[in-house]
Amino acid sequence: MSPEKMVLMANQIATFFKTQPGEDQAQRVADHLNDFWEPRMRRQLIAHVDAGGAGLEPLVLEAMAKVRVPAD
Amino acid sequence: MKDFIIPWDDRDMGTPAKTGKPVTLTVDGVEVVVPEGTSVMRAAAEAGISVPKLCATDSVEAFGSCRLCVVEIEGRRGTPASCTTPVAPGMVVHTQSSKVRKIRKGVMELYISDHPLDCLTCAANGDCELQDMAGAVGLRDVRYAPGENHFEVRSSGEANARYIPKDESNPYFTYDPQKCIVCSRCVRACEEVQGTFALTIEGRGFDSRVKAGMAGDDFLSSDCVSCGACVQACPTSTLQEKSVIELGTPERSVVTTCAYCGVGCSFKAEMQGDQLVRMVPHKQGKANRGHSCVKGRFAWGYATHKERILNPMIRDSIDQPWQEVSWDEAIGFAAERMRGLQEKYGRRSVGVITSSRCTNEETFLVQKLTRAVFGNNNTDTCARVCHSPTGYGLGQTFGTSAGTQDFDSVEHTDVVIIIGANPTDGHPVFASRLKKRLRKGAKLIVIDPRRTDMVKSAHIQAAHHLALRPGTNVAVVTALAHVIVTEGLADEAFIRERCDWDEFREYAEFASDPRHAPEAVEALTGVPAEELRKAARLFATGGNGAIYYGLGVTEHSQGSTTVIGIANLAMMTGNIGRTGVGVNPLRGQNNVQGSCDMGSFPHELPGYRHVKLPEVRAIFENAWGVQIDPEPGLRIPNMLDAAVEGTFKGLYCQGEDILQSDPDTKHVAAGLAAMECVIVHDLFLNETANYAHVFLPGSTFLEKNGTFTNAERRINMVRKVMAPLNGYEDWQVTQMLANAMGAGWDYTHPRQIMAEIAATTPSFAGVTYEKIDEMGSVQWPCNEANPDGTPLMHVDGFVRGKGRFIVTEYVPTLEKTGPRFPLLLTTGRILSQYNVGAQTRRTDNVVWHDQDVLEIHPHDAETRGVKDGDFVKLASRSGETTLRAQITDRVSPGVVYTTFHHPDTQANVVTTDFSDWATNCPEYKVTAVQVSPSNGPSDWQEDYAAQAAQSRRIQAAE
Repeated sequence: MSPEKMVLMANQIATFFKTQPGEDQAQRVADHLNDFWEPRMRRQLIAHVDAGGAGLEPLVLEAMAKVRVPAD
Repeated sequence: MKDFIIPWDDRDMGTPAKTGKPVTLTVDGVEVVVPEGTSVMRAAAEAGISVPKLCATDSVEAFGSCRLCVVEIEGRRGTPASCTTPVAPGMVVHTQSSKVRKIRKGVMELYISDHPLDCLTCAANGDCELQDMAGAVGLRDVRYAPGENHFEVRSSGEANARYIPKDESNPYFTYDPQKCIVCSRCVRACEEVQGTFALTIEGRGFDSRVKAGMAGDDFLSSDCVSCGACVQACPTSTLQEKSVIELGTPERSVVTTCAYCGVGCSFKAEMQGDQLVRMVPHKQGKANRGHSCVKGRFAWGYATHKERILNPMIRDSIDQPWQEVSWDEAIGFAAERMRGLQEKYGRRSVGVITSSRCTNEETFLVQKLTRAVFGNNNTDTCARVCHSPTGYGLGQTFGTSAGTQDFDSVEHTDVVIIIGANPTDGHPVFASRLKKRLRKGAKLIVIDPRRTDMVKSAHIQAAHHLALRPGTNVAVVTALAHVIVTEGLADEAFIRERCDWDEFREYAEFASDPRHAPEAVEALTGVPAEELRKAARLFATGGNGAIYYGLGVTEHSQGSTTVIGIANLAMMTGNIGRTGVGVNPLRGQNNVQGSCDMGSFPHELPGYRHVKLPEVRAIFENAWGVQIDPEPGLRIPNMLDAAVEGTFKGLYCQGEDILQSDPDTKHVAAGLAAMECVIVHDLFLNETANYAHVFLPGSTFLEKNGTFTNAERRINMVRKVMAPLNGYEDWQVTQMLANAMGAGWDYTHPRQIMAEIAATTPSFAGVTYEKIDEMGSVQWPCNEANPDGTPLMHVDGFVRGKGRFIVTEYVPTLEKTGPRFPLLLTTGRILSQYNVGAQTRRTDNVVWHDQDVLEIHPHDAETRGVKDGDFVKLASRSGETTLRAQITDRVSPGVVYTTFHHPDTQANVVTTDFSDWATNCPEYKVTAVQVSPSNGPSDWQEDYAAQAAQSRRIQAAE
């Protein structure tokens, strides 16, 4: 998928969870990515973050530590 | 196995069933107990006694016009009509006294004196109540001399002014006035059952005639929606199916389930051998209660359409013509390619799309194919592009992804909210049931950018129409919540008992913020604040409140958020867990609910259980003897993205046309073109097949056994009434492909697949074919706790425990209007066509809708120099197409609307790839567009047509 589309989709998720009450927004973003993003999508996102994470919401970047690295 | 033919009691009881306290009476010496309010006629029928009748039928209220059903009642004077006389305790009724026999014979003699006596050549011969009644009353001669009548074309050399020729304008049935006895059953069925009021009786006395529409109208030009209720009600051949005129009367019938929308109507397929003669709505069908729409009732001719493909075909690349081959060769070719792709590009380089038009059993096998044979979770279904946000939103708030009610529940509703749904077109039989309730006084709130027929049509009118700007659902729903919370209208007792109170308090604080007030969002949503406040008050205080919603809710960037907002509204007003209330997604296709239940989504196994859960995987690993991938698979849009990128190479697509139905056609085409093996399993060479390498012919719902699950979670039987023309039921084809890839499956009947579903999926644990046959249908959850199924969900508590309120912040879509694209396009469907039109376009339904048109407001049309019927160019950032304009104020200024039923218009070339934040459900409902006059097809349309023609060439087997 194009990097722009990936960034947009990740940011949409963060935008929702950012508005939720509580302290665990980053965890919930990570959970959503782990639950619904197929390994190659997560891998692409991780690679994008490793390359600087241009365009991503701060909450996505914060969530990345909790995003599972695909095993295979 | 022999087909199951059900011996239902299909007797016409004369008048509708009533509910009330029991009343005991005696009819012809037989004691019978019936509910208070029941007619004497129906009481007699309950006692097994048929009182002769013509104008009465149990689908409509009694009318008392034919006088054939007169009886004598001890202690009462005269001979009352049994259809209009209610029972009373201790009543003693005689239905066959010499007095009433004489009256009946006289009545019949008069009827027959104005009726042609061509019974032997009449289409209703053997299926005519007039004929039956003449026999039942013992009519032996007609004493009246020939005189004025309605049936002779000429009398005494002159043209008969009373004779009206047959109206054959409707493609499916004829109206032959010379056969009409003016019993009004058709007129009443149109009013009471369908709610269209297209028919009337014009004239008085001997001049009385049934008339469709206004003077000068025929059936086709009138408001008639061709639902068939009048044809069903007609006791003679006055209103007669053309198929019966052509073929004769049927000799057997099989109860089965319609394969069109998510209402899931039960039908009797009436047959002569393996020839289908007609489809008749089944009275015992719990979804439709004997009603139907034009699609299910009449539009089944596609099953034998000449364009249906019956032989498997293959080709190396999509620029080659198709080659017809044997099943063995096609399956072998497909299996070898898919395995080859996995070896070359990896286990996750292939996947499947299951069909929401196929049975539960077929869908289960297709997802099993990818999980157990391909070894990944790359399975998705068309619910991705329609109701996936329902899955997410209701799953998060209530704990399960399904509507909470049965359709019967609407009969007990006091206030209905319809949001983003157009049931008179999309779910017509449900719409008729809803309209019936509205005519009895229930109130309606419509939230929709268009003035749909639910807003105002014959004898119904919405109390409030909130004509919001497309894309502002969340703002409107949150504003409704704002009013309910800030005006103290929330049902605190319900919330404290049933929901998480802390979460409600957080939500209430959020919703109370002045920025969510109707006045604050009015400029954004276009909904007058006062109107919104009144609607909120009505819903919160008007009694049983039910919310019905459709794709106008889900197909947005914030689709899931709106579903959550709807669930919040229902919980805060205490409208969950009893009859007459609830949250009800209206499902698009016949088995969307079922395909979701069956584990079609890439992240969850059957029964909505995430693949990450080891205990769930273990169930299937034990049953199937394989390892299941713990990672979620690709969703449809992700598959296409991965294909363009070169990591997704092979797709098995059953009964779905993603090229036409999915958004941003150019992107879909690019994805498909990048794949090395696309297997299309369908009835026709659909649009997706233009990019396919293997075509496996599919079977229609008439040719297979299985089950569909409708929008009320009702599992209905689909029964085979004829052998598959292509040779195999769809589940058999999937099994052949799986086995060619080493699966070793040995199902011999879909009941074995259902047994596997029941053994692995708790909500289906109690479902067997025997149970469905016995009960007629069953609603899941059906298990040890609910052995007869579950009509109402969340009765004593939510599936997840406490109902969960979730904050719903409005986030504007990124699709914005501007100088280049100043209008908002929203899309939908029309009554006569279904989805991509693959079926309905191949029936006579095209007389109602032979092309997609663009609805545009007069103001927007005028500023662009567009006149009604002009060709216009519709352009967005994604693409452009041309179609004809229809000028109407059903749409607001700034909004245009079209349907996506025709591939040569291909509305989806215009829609964008924006999607719901949670589920990737595409944002079909909001696209910024420009409309301008045009001379003809766009370049894209011409290129597309050329590619399609090239791709559809077939080289016959030698």
